[in-house]
Amino acid sequence: MSPLTLTIVGRYAVHQIQLNGELRQVQSATILALVEELSLDPRKVAVERNLEIVPKSLHATTTVAEGDRIELVQFVGGG
Amino acid sequence: MTDTATETWSVAGRTFTSRLIVGTGKYADYAQNAAAAEAAGAEMVTVAMRRVNLSDPTQPMLVDFVKPDQYTYLPNTAGCFTGEDAVRTLRLAREAGDWNLVKLEVLSDPNLLYPDMEETLRSLKLLVADGFDVMVYCTDDPVYCRKLEDAGAAAIMPLAAPIGSGLGLLNPVNIKLIVDQTKVPVVVDAGLGTASDATLAMELGCDAVLMNTAIAGAKDPIRMARAMKHAVLAGRDSYLAGRMPKRVYGDPSSPTTGLI
Repeated sequence: MSPLTLTIVGRYAVHQIQLNGELRQVQSATILALVEELSLDPRKVAVERNLEIVPKSLHATTTVAEGDRIELVQFVGGG
Repeated sequence: MTDTATETWSVAGRTFTSRLIVGTGKYADYAQNAAAAEAAGAEMVTVAMRRVNLSDPTQPMLVDFVKPDQYTYLPNTAGCFTGEDAVRTLRLAREAGDWNLVKLEVLSDPNLLYPDMEETLRSLKLLVADGFDVMVYCTDDPVYCRKLEDAGAAAIMPLAAPIGSGLGLLNPVNIKLIVDQTKVPVVVDAGLGTASDATLAMELGCDAVLMNTAIAGAKDPIRMARAMKHAVLAGRDSYLAGRMPKRVYGDPSSPTTGLI
């Protein structure tokens, strides 16, 4: 599938994005919906979209579009 | 007399009683990690930023065990080799936690794990310009430590020995020189192996010590965490008390008069 292919499944648009370094088909149209689609707790992850931080206050209004590079990160143990 | 239990130290306007900062890596699980942090009496813990595991969103999360409302999180830049990587990582950490006190470590070589000081200094300037309060992991070179302080480091954190080596304080003379010249807190970070190493660092006048593997890699991490707590308190008290002068010849402790 070319990176720009947009498939309509029911009433949802399926986008292909690069999520944490892997190509992935997602349905969500916003960051908040994406985090919830992945069963993650929005309070516990930080989001970067195309190398820009997406503040939590903007998760609901920031769109997820075909070809976006999205990073979802969290705190883990470290020294 | 200063009471070590209530004596405090401050970094970038934040005040702490505990002078033992602990890492949160290499533990058997987050529950053991939390128990060790508690036994250490730590108030600040280092943490890393990594991608969420998308294949298993139910995996245990650090924040549910070592809770950010109980400990000051000190996000690190472990795994970063450039200033741009460090800024990107810590911006994500600031977004995740909404605080700006961070630990900068920019390494040069995956085997030595020695800091790349040229890149560390450049990274520090980028982070300071971006509003971060930066505690800087560095070599024990007093000249570079002064450059870091001049560039706005919130704390200078020279290594005792390579990360995870457990070799102890290899160059106490340099650490003492750094303590003497530095106005911001000095924290010995990395390379400590056992309790006496922590005491020695504190006896040199360091404001705190930071360790991970010395506790997590012990046979009994919880007991070692407790040992480190006592070692840091002992070293601090010993520093404040001011040790007796060393002398070459013996000096009797009992009276030399009134002998039978």
